[in-house]
Amino acid sequence: MMATPVVLSFLLPLIGTLVLAFSGGRLGARASSVIGVGSVGLAALATLWAVLSHTGDREVITLWTWIAVGDFRPTIGLAVDGLALVMMSVITGVGFLIHLFAAWYMTGEAGITRFYAWMNLFVFSMMLLVLGDNLLLLFLGWEGVGLCSYGLIGYYYHGLANARAAFKAFVVTRIGDVFLALGLFLVFMELGTLDIATVLARAPELWEQGSATASLAALLVLGGALGKSAQVPLHTWLPDAMAGPTPVSALIHAATMVTAGVYLIARLNGLFLLAPDVMLLVGVIGAVSLLLAAFAALAQTDIKRVLAYSTMSQIGYMFLALGVGAFDAAIFHLVTHAFFKALLFLSAGAVIISCHHEQDMGKLGGLWRRLPVAYGGFLVGGAALVALPLITAGFFSKDEILWQAMAADQTGLLIAGLLGAVLTGLYTVRLILGTFHGEPGSDHARHPEPGTSLLTHHLPLVVLAVLSTFIGAWLYPGLGGLFPEVPGDTTDAGHTLLQVLAMGAAIAGLALAGWLFLVRRQWLDDIASRGAGARLWTLWHHAWGFDALFDRVLVRPWQWSVRMLRFDFINMIMNLPALIARVFNAGLVRSQNGRTRSYAVVMVFGATVILLALALVPGGGS
Amino acid sequence: MEIAFYLSSLVAVLATIGVITGTSPVHAVVYLIVSLIAVAMVFFALGAPFAGALEIIVYAGAIMVLFVFVVMMLNLRPDADRELTWTHPRYWLGPSLLALVLLGALLALLRQGGVSELIDGELLTARAVGLTLFGPWLMVVELAAILLLAALVTASHVGRRRNPLRNTENRGGSP
Amino acid sequence: MNGIPMEHGLILASILFSLGLAGLMLRRSMLFVLMSLEVMLNAAALAFVVGATAWNQPDGQAMFLLVITLAAAEAAVGLALMIQLYQRFRSLDLDAASRMRG
Repeated sequence: MMATPVVLSFLLPLIGTLVLAFSGGRLGARASSVIGVGSVGLAALATLWAVLSHTGDREVITLWTWIAVGDFRPTIGLAVDGLALVMMSVITGVGFLIHLFAAWYMTGEAGITRFYAWMNLFVFSMMLLVLGDNLLLLFLGWEGVGLCSYGLIGYYYHGLANARAAFKAFVVTRIGDVFLALGLFLVFMELGTLDIATVLARAPELWEQGSATASLAALLVLGGALGKSAQVPLHTWLPDAMAGPTPVSALIHAATMVTAGVYLIARLNGLFLLAPDVMLLVGVIGAVSLLLAAFAALAQTDIKRVLAYSTMSQIGYMFLALGVGAFDAAIFHLVTHAFFKALLFLSAGAVIISCHHEQDMGKLGGLWRRLPVAYGGFLVGGAALVALPLITAGFFSKDEILWQAMAADQTGLLIAGLLGAVLTGLYTVRLILGTFHGEPGSDHARHPEPGTSLLTHHLPLVVLAVLSTFIGAWLYPGLGGLFPEVPGDTTDAGHTLLQVLAMGAAIAGLALAGWLFLVRRQWLDDIASRGAGARLWTLWHHAWGFDALFDRVLVRPWQWSVRMLRFDFINMIMNLPALIARVFNAGLVRSQNGRTRSYAVVMVFGATVILLALALVPGGGS
Repeated sequence: MEIAFYLSSLVAVLATIGVITGTSPVHAVVYLIVSLIAVAMVFFALGAPFAGALEIIVYAGAIMVLFVFVVMMLNLRPDADRELTWTHPRYWLGPSLLALVLLGALLALLRQGGVSELIDGELLTARAVGLTLFGPWLMVVELAAILLLAALVTASHVGRRRNPLRNTENRGGSP
Repeated sequence: MNGIPMEHGLILASILFSLGLAGLMLRRSMLFVLMSLEVMLNAAALAFVVGATAWNQPDGQAMFLLVITLAAAEAAVGLALMIQLYQRFRSLDLDAASRMRG
């Protein structure tokens, strides 16, 4: 029934990629944009069709059997249920809007065909990830999105820093991928299958609650999720990944790829519920990342880096929700976050292009009158990020998370979440004030060129703005039926108290920000430039020194050991035959002197030896 | 009969030594002609007049004359300065010893082989040779003809005076 | 009259052959090398004829004919090559033609 739209939505981006990749540079910029945007647009329509014809049951569409070895038969199968459809809608819907905006953003850039080929491949890989009915197919999509992330971060490959950022992203997520692979091995070894439904059915039968095997498997899967979702400690790649074009940052590093970890844990919820300790760890990591990133976002000067740390912080909220078992809340926040974070990134992109690739907040300013659409986008997106009560989508999803944390009696996580809300308000206000208000800091900011295209500049921003309001929250279908029950679903006592607390935290954050940045600006600058305040600012600017820590603890010892191992004794033995051959060669070359006489002497010598042998050996005379 | 044989062989050996140790080309050619005639005498002494006649006519008469033609054409002079260098034992000791050893090996093999025929000088007529050549050994004649044809073509091509390669070579080195 | 032992004929052939070989190895001028080659061929022909007369078979003399033909062909081609060598290097020194070195 739903096979056609789902398969269409799945295959259209792949077709787009193949056409663009094999075009060999023959397609112009315009044709490439049409193909690239069109394929995702059609996929979005197909997804809409699939959503409308969804009956509520889980359907599995098997395209063909991938591997058939004994009992191990993973298929190319698409498992369509509510969760998959929600993810598909986000990927194709928000993805389509981002592709559309990219047509405006990337005008005049070289290599548009390559850009859209990578982007379409990314959309396809992400679809593979969310639709896969077995863990092997999911892992294929997982790797595919990692590859596309690498290709797109390093899009401006002529710059060495961009290539390094792409490499860093790939390597750090790779560490996570290794953990995930080990987890898949463990699951297969213990449960004998990689089919997700079967795994979730068998795991409770074979593993006890809290057993070592279950905990280990969950821990390994968590390791993979940490890498892709940029949570502590595998988070160092996300800020540097902002070296890619802004639509890439919007699509991959805000809306979709970084949420793959959240999706993975939500998908394997049965596995995690068998290991309560690991779930607690998930929540703690989420809370730590939340706060760490919020402090770091306060001390950044580049717009995109503020948004990157903000993303990390919001994903911390999702992990927090997963940690208390509120899978539905986590996915809800994933969807709303996709809307407003994409809006923020695209608006930032509008600002950047209008000011000729200026990203430093110190050099911007005073733009609110000249870039109205971008300003509006920032206002709406920022409001959703701060979770302004009742009118924004962010409020509903964040409130749900905090309520579930409270209902699960996780006071520590709750306090972390509320503190994070305050900090979110602080850095968001700082970001908007720094970018749009005050005096322009450079010539580019004094004379910006706003985007004027209705289709590719205004439309995506307006649509995303609308989705970031309560309308977006209203569109979200509850996925409660898919996940096990949590305490917060059954009772409602204390929910109102929490809502008041949450609203209070948000407004407190905004008020504090307003007071510090508008009224007591000078006092703030004085603290930040002297003594303990300056040291704190530097620490937050470098995101609590994780890069330096990893460099000291991991990178330098590795390089040292590589240097030590360069002298390879076995290698010398391997070189010995070559050395012997060369010595012989040098000697024998000397005998080739090109003179006929010496050749004749050698021949006679040989003949003499043979004749002597014949003569002297008894019985060899004839 | 035997005296003719031994005398002629002595002359042949001495003349050959004269060939390989001479300095003047013309002298060496004449020595070689003498050696060939001495060998022809040996053939006569052994009872193979046809072979002897062929030796004188073809070998000494045609091939050696060819050598003389070439010597005259190239106007070769005796090499004086080079003779001063290779009279030094260092140059001729090694190869001579080697040739001597080879000779020793050959002689030892001969002794081992035990051929003890006696040649009594019975004439081997041209008629017998001719019957062999046009009978069972016909292929030899054909092969010899083709060999001569090949040699003719090769010599006429290689021996051209105007060397087409000379124009493309570097000019320095030939007047 | 006694016969000549075949051995002696073959010894003569061996001596002439070794002399030719020595000349081939010792002399630098191509003319002398060619002449030494002729000497060697002659010695081989002598051995054939000695065998033919010893066993009273004309086959040896037919072979002798082939050897002479071969000597003639080889002399012709060798002398043509010698002419080319002389035109190239203005001397008959074989050691000058060593471009195939190495």
